[in-house]
Amino acid sequence: MSSDAVGDETPRVTHTGGMAGKSDGQGPADRIIDVPGLQALVDRLIARGYTVIGPTVQSGAIVNAAITSVEELPQGWGDDQDAGHYRLRRRDDEALFGYASGAQSAKPVFFPTEEVLWRGRRTQEGFTVEPDDSAGRDAPYALLGVRSCDLSAIGIHDVVLTGRVHGDVAYAARRAAAFVVAVTCSDPGGTCFCVSMGTGPRPEQGRGAPYDLSLTELLNGGPHRFVVEVASERGADVLDEIGAGPAPAEDVVAGDAVAEEADARMGRHVDTDGLKELLYAAADSPVWDDVATRCLACGNCTAVCPTCFCTSVEDVTDLTGDLAGRTRVWDSCFDADYSWIHGGTVRATTKARYRQWMTHKLGSWIDQFGMSGCVGCGRCVTWCPAAIDITAEAAALRAAAEPDERDAGTLP
Amino acid sequence: MAKPKLAVWKFASCDGCQLTLLNCEDELLPLAGQVEIAYFPEATRAVVEGPYDVSLVEGSITTADDLERIQQVRAASRRLITIGACATAGGIQALRNFADVEEFRSVVYAHPEYVETLDRSTPIAAHVPVDFELRGCPIDKHQLLEVLAAEIQGRAPRISSHSVCFECKRRGNVCVTVAHGTPCLGPVTQAGCGALCPSYDRGCYGCFGPQNTPNTASLTTRLRVHGMDEGQVLRVFRTFNAASEVFLRASERHETARTSEEVTP
Repeated sequence: MSSDAVGDETPRVTHTGGMAGKSDGQGPADRIIDVPGLQALVDRLIARGYTVIGPTVQSGAIVNAAITSVEELPQGWGDDQDAGHYRLRRRDDEALFGYASGAQSAKPVFFPTEEVLWRGRRTQEGFTVEPDDSAGRDAPYALLGVRSCDLSAIGIHDVVLTGRVHGDVAYAARRAAAFVVAVTCSDPGGTCFCVSMGTGPRPEQGRGAPYDLSLTELLNGGPHRFVVEVASERGADVLDEIGAGPAPAEDVVAGDAVAEEADARMGRHVDTDGLKELLYAAADSPVWDDVATRCLACGNCTAVCPTCFCTSVEDVTDLTGDLAGRTRVWDSCFDADYSWIHGGTVRATTKARYRQWMTHKLGSWIDQFGMSGCVGCGRCVTWCPAAIDITAEAAALRAAAEPDERDAGTLP
Repeated sequence: MAKPKLAVWKFASCDGCQLTLLNCEDELLPLAGQVEIAYFPEATRAVVEGPYDVSLVEGSITTADDLERIQQVRAASRRLITIGACATAGGIQALRNFADVEEFRSVVYAHPEYVETLDRSTPIAAHVPVDFELRGCPIDKHQLLEVLAAEIQGRAPRISSHSVCFECKRRGNVCVTVAHGTPCLGPVTQAGCGALCPSYDRGCYGCFGPQNTPNTASLTTRLRVHGMDEGQVLRVFRTFNAASEVFLRASERHETARTSEEVTP
């Protein structure tokens, strides 16, 4: 493994940010690669010691998995997404990234569903905690095809999980070691609303997590190719190693057009104006009663959300009681046990849990972390088995509140 | 300190949950090192006299004899843990609760006079106090070992009561309902099986009974959207946990709906 794959020695994530990009003439010039060039990029990353995680087709959906070949990418696949509905569909072209948000974001890569925190053993004197230097040992990962919305989500997790007093050591180790190849979203899905949340559809340096390279796929006006934005020195090094030449000016312009067209094709919209205040004032809104009749309290929205980070720790022992351990697992505010404290569950009803989730995601997250907890990827809408749509619920809350505001304004 | 005495009892059941204990091949010897297996007819004819520290009870109450025997088991047991859908909800045999047992008996058996049975199949907790109910049809081996480890060490067992969807997403499964249109009881069903069926692209059958905050009315709306008629909805709630209160109420709603659907042209 080369040293650059390991990255910064200190397991702390830093955001460089601030560089201008795209075809504005600042920063390193864009490069161009074709499909064999993309394979060469994957090969170079593997040679540098990375496990390359990219989109694949599995069980009727786009699913991230370890890949070694561009032939494993979802060539010619697009998707139809709506509330509670996801179907792959054949495209009429050979696009490798012609789908919208996949079934999962990068969350399970950096923040796995289960993480062993420590293991201990009973001794004559008491017990000993076994030394463990395995935090993030599964790294380094190179992520291929990260969408702009998901870059913003990683940026949020960087703040939540490493930017506070007690950092998550394993997460920080994985993040510091990661190489990120982003991609411009060319065909947003029916549940996408990144434009509303200001997170996409094109990766931008300084917005969300930093990345090394950003691809924009071009299918017309020449061979199947990718304009590559260079966003880090090691990104430039890898491109030099595979001999990626400068992008022709017309390709750079064509790449800009891909992003502009995607920008205009969002499937959903959220009016974020005063949304936090709206939510804070809506604690007793009848909208929560309505959504609670549909909400299954199944937790799917929180599992697919790229920013939801709630976990529980599970203490386990073996049959003898000589071995003990603590494992952190994904949990959800939709589980009655999640808010259980001595004496009972704080949020006993589904209504209280949905209100908590949505108010935190779109409102109190801003007070807590300085940004919204929603990146507009649309996964909670698509993967809700009850077809609940957070954008529709936000609109319903606004509609329910507005008559009151009007009444208040017209009162003498 | 003497090893705690473990007893395993069978009532009306298929023995699958007891087999789960026998199937703990790698863990059976360590378990035998921690407890004295005092009464377990499926494994050994040797019987150690009670009382017992921990009793595992499989099966539901379906006969007059069962009614007496469960009282004896309770009296002989310091802790009583029910294992499986039969013992915790009445099992598949609770389908009799929706039918005329007398009619079954007269039609099915050549000599109905030899068959003595109650009209209803009921869970153990309907008759005696139960210290812990382990769900599943059958129960999950890892959950059983966790419950036994907790008993041995005098701590609470780590058994979640949230939905199957938690486990399904943790496994990285693609949702069979959203991506394939397959009806699935996962959102209203308690986890514990490791999302076994969805992991093989099948819908959940609800073997572990209702999760802690089940919304069967909303799920039913979705089952209908995915193509089930009222009769099919009724039947998916009438399987291994048909007599659990939540699934019982869900199916009864559709019995009424189906009747009105049939008479409406």
